[in-house]
Amino acid sequence: MFRNQYDTDVTTWSPAGRLFQVEYAMEAVKQGSAAIGLRSKTHIVLGCVNKANSELSSHQKKIFKVDDHIGVAIAGLTADGRVLSRYMRNECINYSFTYESPLPVGRLVVQLADKAQVCTQRSWKRPYGVGLLVAGLDESGAHLYYNCPSGNYFEYQAFAIGSRSQAAKTYLERRFENFADSSRDDLVKDALMAIRETLQGETLKSSICTVAVVGVGEPFHILDLETVQQMIDAFEIVGEQEGPAAEPDAAAAADQGGSTEEGVAPMDI
Amino acid sequence: MPKQQANWSPYDNNGGSCVAVAGADYCVIAADTRMSTGYIILTRDYSKICKLADKCVMASSGFQADVKALQKHLAARHLIYQHQHSKQMSCPAMAQLLSNTLYYKRFFPYYSFNVLGGLDNEGKGCVFTYDAVGSYEKVGYSSQGSGSTLIMPFLDNQLKSPSPLLLPVQDAVTPLAEAEAVDLVKTVFASASERDIYTGDKLEIVVINADGIRREYMDLRKD
Repeated sequence: MFRNQYDTDVTTWSPAGRLFQVEYAMEAVKQGSAAIGLRSKTHIVLGCVNKANSELSSHQKKIFKVDDHIGVAIAGLTADGRVLSRYMRNECINYSFTYESPLPVGRLVVQLADKAQVCTQRSWKRPYGVGLLVAGLDESGAHLYYNCPSGNYFEYQAFAIGSRSQAAKTYLERRFENFADSSRDDLVKDALMAIRETLQGETLKSSICTVAVVGVGEPFHILDLETVQQMIDAFEIVGEQEGPAAEPDAAAAADQGGSTEEGVAPMDI
Repeated sequence: MPKQQANWSPYDNNGGSCVAVAGADYCVIAADTRMSTGYIILTRDYSKICKLADKCVMASSGFQADVKALQKHLAARHLIYQHQHSKQMSCPAMAQLLSNTLYYKRFFPYYSFNVLGGLDNEGKGCVFTYDAVGSYEKVGYSSQGSGSTLIMPFLDNQLKSPSPLLLPVQDAVTPLAEAEAVDLVKTVFASASERDIYTGDKLEIVVINADGIRREYMDLRKD
């Protein structure tokens, strides 16, 4: 997949009908630290792993409040994510100003996707190198979307992006059918368990993860460290009795490398 | 052809009065709830008071369509501030923002006469008074609107402190207790309603102190 004569420009097609620069942008998402999202009928929980570069530095902010009813978790180039969050906040404020009502999430993700698409069709631009998990509540219920650098977006019951996200995805795939009717607290616990899957043995502490919730009657907010630590402590004890969750399947290269067959275009995830 | 005058004005005056009084650890902001045009009453129950931030409240009289637009504009700017600073705007910061917003439309002004009231960063009451294009000043008390010519002299009589240029320096904020300040405001509006036809119906009083924001209503003359 890498290093061929069709990958210099984003505006150059390969003979197989692929835009390599866009696919490379999606690789950037896989390099970022993990972010997960899951939803029930009334609540959506976003979580992410915060790894600081060194003990001396603070960790990067990966979860952003966009409006009272929308929040976003990012993986990949966090600078691109910050810029897109500012765009989303602006769109929400302008919509509220004009219509005196909150921007429906489905509208926001389409605008975001169109913005990403522009960067895949201009020779003087590059695609955004960030994947966004957009969590939002509107009249039609609770929604979780994934926006990728290609300009595609999908709605999910639960999803994980970033490095070692396959382990979290496996965990979520086992449990997602129960999420729709989960209580808010159970949803947060499942989010923490999913984050733990991506840590591969490292102890889960509130200092290395961030969790945010939005739901009916609950504006988007990031949970503080004590609350998160309490929830971790509450189920760690149960977790030990269950035994460590399913061994992370050969998570490393297999899925992350992207398919090497010519025929499959990874843009369809 | 002699110079034509405009036969349509983009402005209207919806009348009403606003008052704000700053205390040592509280601030009282009040306005009547009558909205009129000409000699007609449009409604007896319209709030001229808007909460801009946790500790910052604005009362505006004048053209209520412009007032509404101004309130929406400031609310949107406050949201942006909160996203960028992860905290609420302080009252003095909002005061400067309001001034800049008004002056931005210097050549097609918001027909809005504002008083801003709240607590500053130390929890002391503060009141800012404005003209339509953003000239503002921090004061201990103020009134704006159709009844202000009747109200202001009375407030001067009760609350005016000696000039800050004299020594010893005396505080601009009134030494009155919160309950006394609220009573004074009620008295002032009752008097204004007697002679100002545009002030009356109901009085809305908002009190900000360390415990938060409290709202109170009092009936006024309906004629």
